[in-house]
Order: sequence, then structure tokens, then C-alpha cells
Amino acid sequence: MSSDDGSSKKVSRKPRYSRFTQQELPACKPILTPALVIGILMCLGIISIPIGLLALSASKNVVEVVDRYDDVCIPSTDQKVGFIKDPATNKTCIRTFTIPKKMRKPVYVYYQLDNFYQNHRRYVKSRSDRQLWNPKAESSTTVCDPEGQTGDGKPIVPCGLIAWSLFNDTYMLSKNDAALQINKKDIAWRSDRTHKFSSNIYPKNFQNGTLIGGGKLDESIPLSQQEDLMVWMRTSALPTFRKLYGKIETDLEANEKITVTIQNNYNTYSFNGKKKLVISTATWIGGKNDFIGKMYMAVGGTSIVLGVIFSLLYVFKPRPLGDPSYLSWNKSPTLD
Amino acid sequence: MDYHSQIEINENSPQFSNRSSSALSVQPRASGGHSLREVSFSERGGPTSVRHGSRGAESEGFSASYKEIRDDDARLIYINDPEKTNDKFEFAGNSIRTGKYSALTFLPRNLFEQFHRVAYIYFLVIAILNQLPQLAVFGRGASIMPLAFVLLVTAVKDAYEDYRRHRSDKIENKRLAWVLVDESFQLVRWKDIRVGEIIRVCVDETLPCDMVLLSTSDSTGVAYVQTTNLDGESNLKTRYAKQETQMKNLENERISGLIKCEKPNRNIYGFQANMEIDGKHISLGPSNIILRGCELKNTEWTIGVAVFAGRETKAMLNNSGAPSKRSRLETSMNREIIFLSIFLCALCAIVSVLHGIWLRHHKGELDLMQFYRKKDYSEAEEDDYNYYGWGMEVFFVFLMSVIVFQIMIPISLYISMELVRVGQAFFMIRDNMMYDEASSSRFQCRALNINEDLGQIKYVFSDKTGTLTENKMEFQCASIGGIDYSSGNGSVEDSQTGNLGRGGEQVLRPKMKVKVDPELLNTSKRKHTNEGRHVHDFFLALAACNTIVPLTIETPDPAVKLIDYQGESPDEQALVYAAAAYGFMLVERTSGHIVIDVQGERQRFNVLGLHEFDSDRKRMSVILGCPDKAIKVFVKGADTSMFSVIDRSQNLNVLKATETHIQTYSSKGLRTLVIGVRDLSSLEFEQWQSSYEVASTALMGRASLLRKVANNVEHHLAILGSSAIEDKLQQGVPEAIESLRTAGIKVWVLTGDKQETAISIGYSSKLLTSMMTQIVINNNSHESCRKSLIEALLVSNKLADAPSGGSENSSHQLGLIIDGTSLVYILDSELEEQLFELASKCDVVLCCRVAPLQKAGIVALIKSRTDNMTLAIGDGANDVSMIQMADVGIGISGQEGRQAVMASDFAMGQFRFLVPLLLVHGHWNYNRMSYMILYNFYRNAVFVLLLFWYVLFTSYTLTTAITDWSSVLYSVLYTSVPTIIVGVLDKDLSRTSLLKHPQLYGAGQRQESYNGKLFWVTMLDMLWQSVAVFFVPLLAYWGSNVDGSSLGDLWTLGVVVMVNIHLAMDVTRWYWITHAAIWGSIIATFLCVIAIDMLPFLPGYWAFFHIVKTELFWVCLLLITIGALLPRFAVKVFVQYFGHNDIQIARETEKFGNSRRYSQTQIEMHQIFDLPQR
Repeated sequence: MSSDDGSSKKVSRKPRYSRFTQQELPACKPILTPALVIGILMCLGIISIPIGLLALSASKNVVEVVDRYDDVCIPSTDQKVGFIKDPATNKTCIRTFTIPKKMRKPVYVYYQLDNFYQNHRRYVKSRSDRQLWNPKAESSTTVCDPEGQTGDGKPIVPCGLIAWSLFNDTYMLSKNDAALQINKKDIAWRSDRTHKFSSNIYPKNFQNGTLIGGGKLDESIPLSQQEDLMVWMRTSALPTFRKLYGKIETDLEANEKITVTIQNNYNTYSFNGKKKLVISTATWIGGKNDFIGKMYMAVGGTSIVLGVIFSLLYVFKPRPLGDPSYLSWNKSPTLD
Repeated sequence: MDYHSQIEINENSPQFSNRSSSALSVQPRASGGHSLREVSFSERGGPTSVRHGSRGAESEGFSASYKEIRDDDARLIYINDPEKTNDKFEFAGNSIRTGKYSALTFLPRNLFEQFHRVAYIYFLVIAILNQLPQLAVFGRGASIMPLAFVLLVTAVKDAYEDYRRHRSDKIENKRLAWVLVDESFQLVRWKDIRVGEIIRVCVDETLPCDMVLLSTSDSTGVAYVQTTNLDGESNLKTRYAKQETQMKNLENERISGLIKCEKPNRNIYGFQANMEIDGKHISLGPSNIILRGCELKNTEWTIGVAVFAGRETKAMLNNSGAPSKRSRLETSMNREIIFLSIFLCALCAIVSVLHGIWLRHHKGELDLMQFYRKKDYSEAEEDDYNYYGWGMEVFFVFLMSVIVFQIMIPISLYISMELVRVGQAFFMIRDNMMYDEASSSRFQCRALNINEDLGQIKYVFSDKTGTLTENKMEFQCASIGGIDYSSGNGSVEDSQTGNLGRGGEQVLRPKMKVKVDPELLNTSKRKHTNEGRHVHDFFLALAACNTIVPLTIETPDPAVKLIDYQGESPDEQALVYAAAAYGFMLVERTSGHIVIDVQGERQRFNVLGLHEFDSDRKRMSVILGCPDKAIKVFVKGADTSMFSVIDRSQNLNVLKATETHIQTYSSKGLRTLVIGVRDLSSLEFEQWQSSYEVASTALMGRASLLRKVANNVEHHLAILGSSAIEDKLQQGVPEAIESLRTAGIKVWVLTGDKQETAISIGYSSKLLTSMMTQIVINNNSHESCRKSLIEALLVSNKLADAPSGGSENSSHQLGLIIDGTSLVYILDSELEEQLFELASKCDVVLCCRVAPLQKAGIVALIKSRTDNMTLAIGDGANDVSMIQMADVGIGISGQEGRQAVMASDFAMGQFRFLVPLLLVHGHWNYNRMSYMILYNFYRNAVFVLLLFWYVLFTSYTLTTAITDWSSVLYSVLYTSVPTIIVGVLDKDLSRTSLLKHPQLYGAGQRQESYNGKLFWVTMLDMLWQSVAVFFVPLLAYWGSNVDGSSLGDLWTLGVVVMVNIHLAMDVTRWYWITHAAIWGSIIATFLCVIAIDMLPFLPGYWAFFHIVKTELFWVCLLLITIGALLPRFAVKVFVQYFGHNDIQIARETEKFGNSRRYSQTQIEMHQIFDLPQR
């Protein structure tokens, strides 16, 4: 039978042609040719090594004085914790050190705590950001336990373990017996001062409990001016951290003797934490840290070595690209 | 499926002959040709429970429609008495509800259904754990959001779909039908129709429910229906009202009666019932029921009684979704998921153990320690604050770490995979190369979760008829009375003008024209010669012995009418058209008589009885009362079954000659049928008639009784001759098969055809070549099967061991040809193993004369013994079991209804589409999906490890520097879009190269893109990258005054940039969409981090703006990216350059051409498609 079905009338259901539906959109098909590979590797090397060198030199230019004082600023008794917790004891401690190299202003004064887990889950969660920012949310302290309310149910402002454990050692610097001004203004982030910590909220019922965790706050100063608190409340990422104490707005010359009068108030003895005073200049790379520079050097070096290895391989074991005779089924079996 | 194949099935098989009530679920029915449709696949529990050897099949009750109805299985319908019928309210009303939910039940039911997925339960458990105050790791909102998001999206999608279903239900339910109420027909809404009511349907109306015909406008009780909505077949089917009810005037005399029918089931081709009316018992079969969804055609009206309504109608019962299979990749992915779970548990265990140690170590300090503060001093009585003792704390830490590290199990992967599959399906459906112009059918993706399996197929099992061939039968030649009329080489078609039937003044013309052999035409006109009589009887048999319905169609010329032969078997159609071309035009058929225009003279023949085709007898017969009062029985059937009932005592020469001719025909690939005739004496006729009546009204074993009656009359036949029909190969089949074989796919053909036909089709489709050594297994007993298998194995081993004669490998190619009879003995016995061993050595396997269940058995043979993926492709109901058994089932949406399509995972119009489907889409899908899975594992694990490393620096307390929202958004937003886009769009190779080198398909078969080794390599890479992304910022900021939020932002951005660049490195084709997705994701991440840091109630307020100002931030970001990805880059380059990976080389060829060298080694490109000119 020769068919002559008159199906021409039928509406064609043929999918409409478009480059998209036929998966034929114009496309870039990069292929890793030897030249491209070597080029990429060399480029990586050429980019990385200068960055590494820059970072190393920046780190080298940082002048940093670190002075651990928690162990020396305490009588060598077994009652370290008792000593530090006793409000009556005299905790003044004087330390001196020399500036190894000229430090250009601004010179930053940090305190560094080791083995202090500001990132401990129980700790980081114990704060009420709402309360710091919104005057109406004063009593939203449930997230702050166990430092949310005083014993008689009044809300603590600022609440939470973080604020409660505010660092309260103080440093007085002097250079050649002349007091060295430490500027403690603008040490906190601008965003914290203007938005996060309200200028209408004043500390309340703070550090009134049976157990004192750290520093007290002046209840007449609004939170937006409590910069030490702001710095402290920016909880650190790692158990070893520095926090900005202040800035020295003068240059420090090499071999100058610096004397620090420390009020060693803060209790790190109960958990064997270390306290250090750091005076450091800063560069684009931050403080003194060779890691970035070394890593860039390593990565750049590796790239170049790999580039060279591949170049050699291409020279000594060349394979023409796209040669169909390399297709497995085109190879004669004797070659295998 | 084809007429022939059924005839041939398992002949010689002692297991099959004369078994009345079992085996092949064959049931006589009016349509004659297609009994095997009765394989009611839906009745079986599942394919796995069925034994596939044919002997095993007999025990299975998969022919539900075959049973006689027992009272407790029956449904009693009192005609015209719906109250009594449904007094127990057990039958469904006719209103349908395809909508799943109502407004009230939507929420609970939808949630219930969604939570059927294990992944969601995992989600939920984690979210619930997180709600416990002791374990609250994430904020409430952040922890519920991903789950809520997914649930919401799915719920909205479900709700929309359901709304559309509700709307269409409403329209459907509101349609009107004429129902007999108080002795007159009134319009009633469909939904109010009840079982037992009498309904009248007029021409071109749709049936509102399944009903048993009582009477029709045709005096003989015939009604024609179109079942397009039901099974996709567009031809008209005849249904009959029983004469007992046809007589009645239903409107005036109140009719009452009882119908006892089977319970509702899904088999649309089976129905069994008895009607008791006026004290008479009448049996009802599938030809007496018309189903909901059919349309009444060519019949003015018909009246019937509703038997199944609403959701119990066969149409609704068949309305089930696509089968669900799970892809190979997903299964092996689950193995890796287990590894990841173990890894997750290990991480959690490490954290909790370390935490326990830490707590022990600081036992005495916990009360006062500023950052721990175990005691709550604010209360009057000092209490432990959130401290539950050492053991509990450790336990809580374990649970918390499970919550924090939850995305180690990539839940989002499941959703991504579904999206990607939808995208891939979109492209497959829209592919112009898989659109069949002839049937205007698109590719269909019915199963959405096995797209990637298409890239790993190793075995293709194909049906022959309708799949390899077109199933458009063409009458080629005939051997009549021992004379071969095949010499004429297809003369002019217009020579038929002399044979036009004249109906009154009108000229009737067959719709299809047939090549006519002039010699035969002349012979047919010489009525008085011996040959002329033979030819006359032969064509009379062709015109009469069938179930074809002639329909007249108006043409623009009022004097000419076309005759369209509607029938279910293309073979029968071809034969009737052929008869018409030679002047024996079937003009009219009713249940009682047929009118044949014999060379211009209308003759009326009474159809006294019709023995329908069944595959035990493999023949059909019709008993005609001729105009000259002679009673003749014409029998038509397969040669093997016919020769046994032909009287060998007469005309032995003719018989011998015919046998020779049949052999010649089948060797040409033609399908042959043998026609026989016998005159019945009136005594014989009366005997037959009485037994026929008894049998056809029998309540028990009707089918077997009918068969016995048929066998009694079908014997001592005089041979008339044999017809030969050509079954044309589909376009592009040989090329497609060659492509598939080059791709390393083994193509097996399973057919019901004769061995000779199968072999000849094998040659013409290039499945078999003359270089091949053929092994033929053709046995009749277990013992001989064993012998020939052992022999064949020896031969194959010898050939394999023989030194290769030069480079010609083809001399080793083996083709195995095995027939159904042998398979009966081999399947389900210990010989299976040997068959498998032999078959796996052969390049081609041809199984002929196989039954449907044997097809499934062969698929199961391979499936159970190898890891290789199997694909079955077929078009008919006899392929259903095979399609369901195979890993991937493909239905050809061709001529033979829609059962194969309904059971399939994919459906398409032509066999040759298999090539682009497997080689192109399959390859792409597999590669895309494999890459996506590995990438998702890596992506989530690297993030989890980043969190884990940080936890080690927080005294193991599950603090995350990365904000809760970023943790949640990481896999939902920051990194999800590019992987989905790449999963949908990326192409490792162009369509052209994939079609040019079918061998590239081997990558999927060898599981090159996803395997255990790759997983572990990826995990190793992941480990390095997580170290890089975590420790670079950690060490760069060690001891500095950086705060947690800023560092968290750096980590977030670091890992997102790294993960996205990692993806970018692996993309092979950059579309603008890819660019937009990858770079857009990075930008979106920056924006999200900024947005999160702008929320004043979060501790990290403004942190991003502080850290982003420092150079160190950018230097770290760059170092993370370079440092983390450099090893991967180096390894990738090395592997690409020295690994000699085919895909890589083809990709390079694609880009650089290299055309000169190429032309020498090129494998001839197959001109299957017009490749896009690009």
C-alpha cells in the first residue's frame, strides 16, 4: 500500500527551532593548550611573588614590642586568683622596655589575651544587640543569661557575659619620665559609635552582682561613648587576640625607654590566660605577620616550578592537540 | 507487536499447546489480531515477582480478565435500578476527582506527601533538634528557612497543579448526558450518573462512564467508537450490543435484568460479564463494553447501562503516573552518601570527644571563667547555668555538631538534581532531531529521574515490528494454488480503475492504493479456469476472514467515495486493501453479514461464525454462508499452525509448492500467512453451530470451549495459498544500529517473527553481516538445548582463541540466533548461565518467536548477571513487560496503541532517535549529572570542613564565625545556581563530534565520570581546599585584633569564590548564562553578606565594610583562590595532557580541526541527520 495519509492539515507539533532549545547557543570553549597552561602558571608566579615580597617587606617594617606582664605583675603566691579578685590589693605594676626601631605615628597600643575564648559558644551568644541599639528593648535580656538581670529582676544594661567580662587593665605610658598621651578616642568602629551603640542608653545595674567579671562602666556616659566596651564587644575570632587600647600620636624613636604603669585588674589567672601589652605600628598587612608573604612566595614559586616542569614535559613528550590518532579506537592494538 | 509475531509465538512448544486457561493470557476477542494485548501488565504485582521463563509464566495469574467470575469477585448491576445496584453504597459515583486536595486537606496532606522523602525528614529532624534550647545552634528562623522554602515551593507547585485539575474536573463533572429517568431520557450532569442507570449517547459524544451496550441505532447492534483518548489509537473499533437487548424498545418497556461483571480493573482490553435478562443468560465480553473517554462515531445513538462510574472506570484507573525508577548514578551516589554520613559522624565524634577532654581539663575553672561561667550568680541560690553535667554536655555537643555540620549530607543536591533533570528533559523534548514528522510526535520524558542512565546503556533490546520496521504493511505478492505471483514488478496502480466498486451510481475507491501484479489481476478475472477459482477463493478469504470495518468517506467528487478499512491489525488492513485492489472489495460489515463487491457485483455473505485469533491456535477462521447457500470455512493463519490442519491427502503438490514459496518469501523478509478453506456440509455446520452456541454462552471456561470448537472445525482444509506482506524498515535503522554498535552497545532483537524473517530483517538492518559467524539454536528439548549451548560455547571459544587474521576483527564476530522454543527450556533453568556466557561473547543476538514474558526474561537474564545497563525499546503491548523490566524502557509512539508508551520511561517516534538520545543526550546527561553530584559533595563538604576547623579553635563549642544566614544561604543561594546551570547546559562535546565518534559513548559505560576513585580524589581535593580556605585567613590574622564577624565574612566570601572558581575551571562551554550564573553568584554572595552586615541587631553589624577596606582582606581572598585551586589545576592539566582521554582529544579536535590527518582515520560519518551547520 502506498500511503497517502492526508495529514498535512495537522498542526505541526514540531518544537520551534531556537538555538537555545537545540543547545546551540554561542559558547566559548576554552581548551587548556600547553601555551595557555604555561602562560597561566607563569602569570600566577609573576603576580604572586611580588605580592609576597611586598607583604614580607611590609611585615618587616612593622615595629612591634610585646610585653607579657600577667606573670610578673602578681606576687608569686599560690593565691593568684585571690589576689586579683580582692578589690583592696594594690595591683599597680611598672614595666619598662626599649623601642627597638623608630616607630612612626600613629603607634597602636593593644592588649593581647591568650587562651581567652571570646568565641566560646556560651560566651558569644550571651549578648543583646537589640538592647544596645534600641532604647525600648532595654529589657530584652533573655539571651544574656546568666547576666541578663540582677538578682531582683532588673535588666542589666549592657547585659550578657561579654559585657560583664569587660577587660579593665589600664596602662599609663611614659617616655623618659614624661607622660605619653594615649588617645583613647575613636578606637572603636564608627559604625558602632553612631549606630550600634545608642547615645540614649546608659549603663544600668552593671556589674552589681555577687560576682564581678571585669570592668565597670560610668553610668553617666552613654553607650555610644563607651569605646572600650565597643572594642571588647567586637568579640575576637580566635582564642589569641589583640584589642586596641589606644593610639599614640607621636613618633617613638629607637632605643627610647618606655615605662608602663599597669593596673593589673583583669583576672586571667583563673584559666591560665596570658596578658600582654603590645605597642606596634601598622601597615597595610596589619601587624607583624610573615605568613602571607611566605605563602605568596611559596605559591608563586610552585606555579613557576610547575610551569617549568610542564614546559619541559611538552618539549620532551609532545602530543599534538586534537590528533585523532590518539583516540583509543584509532590506536592500533600493537601499540598498547 | 504484530499479528505475525503472535501467530508464531512458541509453536512446537508442548508447554503451550492446548493449555486452556493460562500461559500467555490470551483471550479471544472480536478484533482478531491483537490478542496479546491482553497481557494485562497492570494486574501483576511487579515485574520482579514474575518468573520469566515461559513455563514460569503459567503459574502467574496475570490474566485477570480470563477468569470466570465467581460471585464474591463479581459486581452485580441491576439494569435500570441504580438504588438496588448500589444499595450498599460500595460503587463509586460518576463524579471524578483527579485533584488530590481540597482547601481543607491541602496543608496536612501536602505536607504528609512531601515528608515521604527521606531527605525532608532529615531536614525536619535537624530543624526540630535545633529548636531545643540546649541545642539551638542557629537562630530559629535561619534553621527552618531552607526546609520551609523547599516545602513552600513544592506546595505552591502542587497547589497550582491541583487547582488546574480541580478546574478540569469541574468542567468534566458538569457535562451533560441523557439518562433514562422515569421512562424518558433526561439531561443529567455527568457527576450524577449512577451505576445501573441507562444512558443514551449520540454520535460524536463522549462516553460519560463505562457502559455495557444494550442497543444501538444500527439494527445489528454495532456501534463504532474511537478510543484516541484511551489508548491513542485513532482507528474505529466495533462494539456490539447483544441481540437479546438490541430488540427491546428501552424507552417504553421497562427493562430489568442483572449484569454480573468483574470488579473494576485497569485492563482496557478485557471485560468479562454475564447478563441475565428475561431469564436468558448472555455472556458479555470486551466487545460489548464501551469505555469512558471514548467517542461514539458513525453510529447515530447507542444505549447502554452504566457498569463502572467515576474513578472506577477503566480510563481513570489507567490514569496513573509514570513509573518510578531510580537511576544507576543515584544508587551509586547513595553509597557515597553513606561514606559522607560516616565522615559526618566522625567529625561530630571528634568534636564531642575533644570537648569532653577540654571540659575535664578545665573542670575546676568552669564556675568562674569569664567566657564560660557555669554558675548563675544572679539567682539567690546558685545554680548551674545551662550545664547538665559532663556526659550530657558531651552528648549535646555531639547533637549540636550534627546540626552545624548537617549540610555534609547534601540535601540540596536532591532538589538540584530534580531541577537539572527537568532542564535536561526540556532539552530532550525540544530537540528537533527527535521530532517525528510523520506522526508529529515529540520526544516524551515520562520518567524524570533516569535521564542520566541514558548515558550508560550497554545493551539495547529491541522489538522488531513497529520498532525496527514501520509496521506499515504492504501486500507484496502471493502464492495461490501453488503458483507464485511475485514476478510482476509492481505495475501501475491506476490499473485498478476497472475494479472500482459501484454502490448505486456511486463509485467506491479504496483509500490506499496497492501495487498490483498484472498477471494475478488477469487470472483473477478468469473465473472459470482452475486458477481463477483458486484466486477467487483466495481473495474472498482475504476480504472476509478478518475483523476489518469498512468506512465510506465523502470526497470532493460526489460520485466517488473512498473506502477506509479500519481495523486493529495492520496485516489485515493490508490484506483487505490488496483484495480490494484485485476486485474483491469489502463494502459493508455488520455482525451478521458482510457485503463484498466481487468485481463489480455485490454479494452478500452471512457471517455465521467467527473464531477469533488466539496465539495457541495462531489462526482465525470465519464461517460464511455464501450467496449460493454453500457454507464455507475460511481459515487464515501462520504457516506452521496451518500446515498441521491442512489435509495433506489432497493437492500435495500445491502444498509443497506453497511451502517453497513461503520459504522464499520469508527469506526476503516478508511476512507470510497461509489461507485454507473447507466446505462444510450442513450436518457439520449444525454440529458446529450447536457447540458454538453452547460454548459462547458458557459460564465456565468459555475461552477454552470456544477454542475447542474452533479446533473442531479448522481441520482438513484445502490450501488456497499464501500471502506475503512486506514490513518496511524504518528510516535510518541500519545506520542507527551501526552507530549504536560502534558505540559499544550490544543490540539484541527480540521478535515474535519467524526465524527466517528475523534473520532477513537482521541483514537488511545491518545487524547481521556476511562476515559474521552465525550460531543458531533451535531445539525442542532441554537436553538438546544443553548440547547445542555447549557446542556453541566451544565454537565461540575457538573463534576467540584463533589468531586474528590480519587486522580484520570482523571475522570473529558472532551472531547468536535463538528461538522462543529453545528459550522455554533455557530460561529459568541452569542453562541460563551458559546462555548468558554465550550471549555475552556474541556481538549480535537475535531471538525469534519469543513471547512477551520471555522478552522480559531475556532482559532479566542480562540484568541479573551483569552490572551493565539495559534498555528496552518497543511499541506494542507485548513489549510492555520487557520495557518495565529493563533499566530504561523506551516506547515507540507508533501505530500500535499506547500501552508501550504508557509503560515506558521515554517515548519517541522512531527507532533512529535512539542514536541522538543515547549518544548525545545520554552522554551529556550522564556527564552533567555525574559532575554535579561530585561537585555538590565537594561543595558541601568543603564548607562543613571549614566550620569544623574553626570549631577546633573555639574550645570545641560549635561556634561559627560565618553567620547563621550565610551558613543557610550557602547551599541554597550562594553556590546553587551555577551548578544547576552547568548541570543543564554544559556540554563536554558537541553533538557533531558525539555522532561522528559513537565510541565516545564508552565513557558512560565505563562509568568514567562518576566512580569511587573520582569520589575519593574529589574528597582529597576537598580536604586541601578546606585547609587552604580556613588556614590562610586564620594564620594571616593570628593574634591580630580582627573580630569574629569580619573573619567570618572573609571565610564566607573565600569559600564561595573558591567553590565557584572551581566550578568555572571545569566548565567546558561558556554560555552567557554560565557567565551570568557563576559571576552572578559571587556578586550575589557579596550583596548578601553586605545585606546581612547591615542588620543592626546582628553582632556583625558593619563588619564587612571594615574588613573590605583593608588590603589584607583582598590579599587573603586571592591567596585562598590560587592556593586552593593550584593543585587541582596542575593535576587536571597533567591528566588532560598525558591521560589520552578520548573525550579530551575529541574536544581538542573539535576546536582545532586537524582535518587533514583526520580524513585518513575517519570513520565514515553516518548520514542520519542533517547536522547543524555550525
